[in-house]
Amino acid sequence: MEWIQQLINGISLGSIYALIALGYTMVYGIIKLINFAHGEVFMIGAFVGFYAIAGWGLGFFPALLLAMAVCAIFGVLIERIAYRRLRNATRIAALITAIGLSLLIQYVVIYFRGAQPEAYPDALSNKTFDLFGVQISSQSILILSVSIVLMILLQFIVHRTKIGKAMRAVSHDMDAARLMGINVNTTISATFAIGSALAGAAGVFFGVYYTKIEPLMGIIPGLKAFVAAVLGGIGIIPGAMVGGLVLGVVETIVSALGYSLWRDAAAFIILILILLFRPSGIFGKNAREKV
Amino acid sequence: MLKVDQLDVFYGNIHALKGVSLDVQEGEIVTLIGANGAGKSTLLKTLSGLLKPKNGTIQYLSNTIAGKPAQEIVKAGISHVPEGRRVFSNMTVEENLELGAFLRKDSKEIQKDIQKVYTTFPRLLERRKQLSGTLSGGEQQMLAMGRAIMAKPKLLLLDEPSMGLAPLMVKTIFEIIEDINRGGTTILLVEQNAHMALSVANRAYVIETGRVTVSGTAAELQASEEIKNAYLGGH
Ligand SMILES: Nc1ncnc2c1ncn2[C@@H]1O[C@H](COP(=O)(O)OP(=O)(O)OP(=O)(O)O)[C@@H](O)[C@H]1O
Ligand SMILES: [Mg+2]
Repeated sequence: MEWIQQLINGISLGSIYALIALGYTMVYGIIKLINFAHGEVFMIGAFVGFYAIAGWGLGFFPALLLAMAVCAIFGVLIERIAYRRLRNATRIAALITAIGLSLLIQYVVIYFRGAQPEAYPDALSNKTFDLFGVQISSQSILILSVSIVLMILLQFIVHRTKIGKAMRAVSHDMDAARLMGINVNTTISATFAIGSALAGAAGVFFGVYYTKIEPLMGIIPGLKAFVAAVLGGIGIIPGAMVGGLVLGVVETIVSALGYSLWRDAAAFIILILILLFRPSGIFGKNAREKV
Repeated sequence: MLKVDQLDVFYGNIHALKGVSLDVQEGEIVTLIGANGAGKSTLLKTLSGLLKPKNGTIQYLSNTIAGKPAQEIVKAGISHVPEGRRVFSNMTVEENLELGAFLRKDSKEIQKDIQKVYTTFPRLLERRKQLSGTLSGGEQQMLAMGRAIMAKPKLLLLDEPSMGLAPLMVKTIFEIIEDINRGGTTILLVEQNAHMALSVANRAYVIETGRVTVSGTAAELQASEEIKNAYLGGH
């Protein structure tokens, strides 16, 4: 029974990773850039949620929506200001810009509010209920369900709406997409908006779940979500979902076995293994890109 | 309907089009023939807005379109079937056709036009739910053309539709090109298969290393000794 509990905890942690990983994978899919500033979008989401709940007394769901909206705009601005002009530059130039941007955002936040952590307010009353002897926290269940709803919504957008079809077309062949009359810039902006909104949601969930946030909180979850995206196959949306869940469960199992000090290392061991044995990830086709 | 004047296009330092001028009248099939690397695809990409010219003008109907973004050019009625088909191989045949109508809002008409494409290309109907990457080369060419027609173009740009296809399939594709033209669509056809191209075209241009060197009616070019030797295999 203990195990089922751990599994549920692992899955809800994993769903947070999955939400962040989706942004990495969508952006990579469309402009082949690892957006290392994505962890900072997650951090901004957590802080917006914090100020909305603690400062303005908003409830959990309004705060969640606000954080998602602010992050969507923030993500669009990041692309517009920093990445768009680099679209034809070398990949390494774009990558270095992303890392620089990530540091910039961290320290701008520290400059304005200091580096001290903040205790996340209790926006969700956490009840523990007993299901056939399994202790389940209502928070885990809520985080998990909202994440699942967001992922279903994302699948709907990507497969059924016009902007989603444009996103798939641009990520497959940018010039061919242009010839269909698709506005590539708008489509890339939409991708950043959606990916960043999901990271914003993850930030609020993280705050509620771990009750502590600080300006450098985006680094480790950002890296882990990146591992999750690679694990599932970078650029593949269902891959990011599965990769995130697997990572969350593995970490929880490692802790439950009494190796909590190894928890963070687990993600990077997975990264090394996947790069050695299956670099294209669980869902990736194990073939070199056709030229 | 299309008038290109003194067009210069560069890739970095490479001067790919050097003062190219040509025109296409409404209702015509005009073909542009030339060897590998002559600049044929570069011209089509410039017409459809994928490349920006350094100098020169492109007059289409009453607008100048040189350097305009691709989506505006599609909206103005020019569709480009690119070299190598470039179908969205991760999507189904039908999704590809829907993307061709991306800028249209009349969903009922779009459904009707999809059915029309299936009438023109019955093979696509059989494969409508299949991923387009699994189609044969000829079927992909049909899909690329069907997809371009879905935008309801007035002017259709075709880049080497016969490339890599068996003779029978080439014949089918060229019959369809003539059908599309009879339906009222003007066509600018880029080809290396000069023999087939001249047999369907009204007029032709020959392009060599970025310059137009010969132009005339298709019949004139078919009769010219020089063209016969260089492009028609000396027959
Ligand atoms: N992306 C590019 N970067 C640099 N040079 C290019 C690029 N694309 C084409 N070129 C050069 O421009 C010239 C014209 O190329 P283009 O593709 O227009 O030829 P083409 O007539 O279509 O040839 P083909 O029949 O082989 O398709 C060639 O010399 C080619 O090497
Ligand atoms: Mg070409």
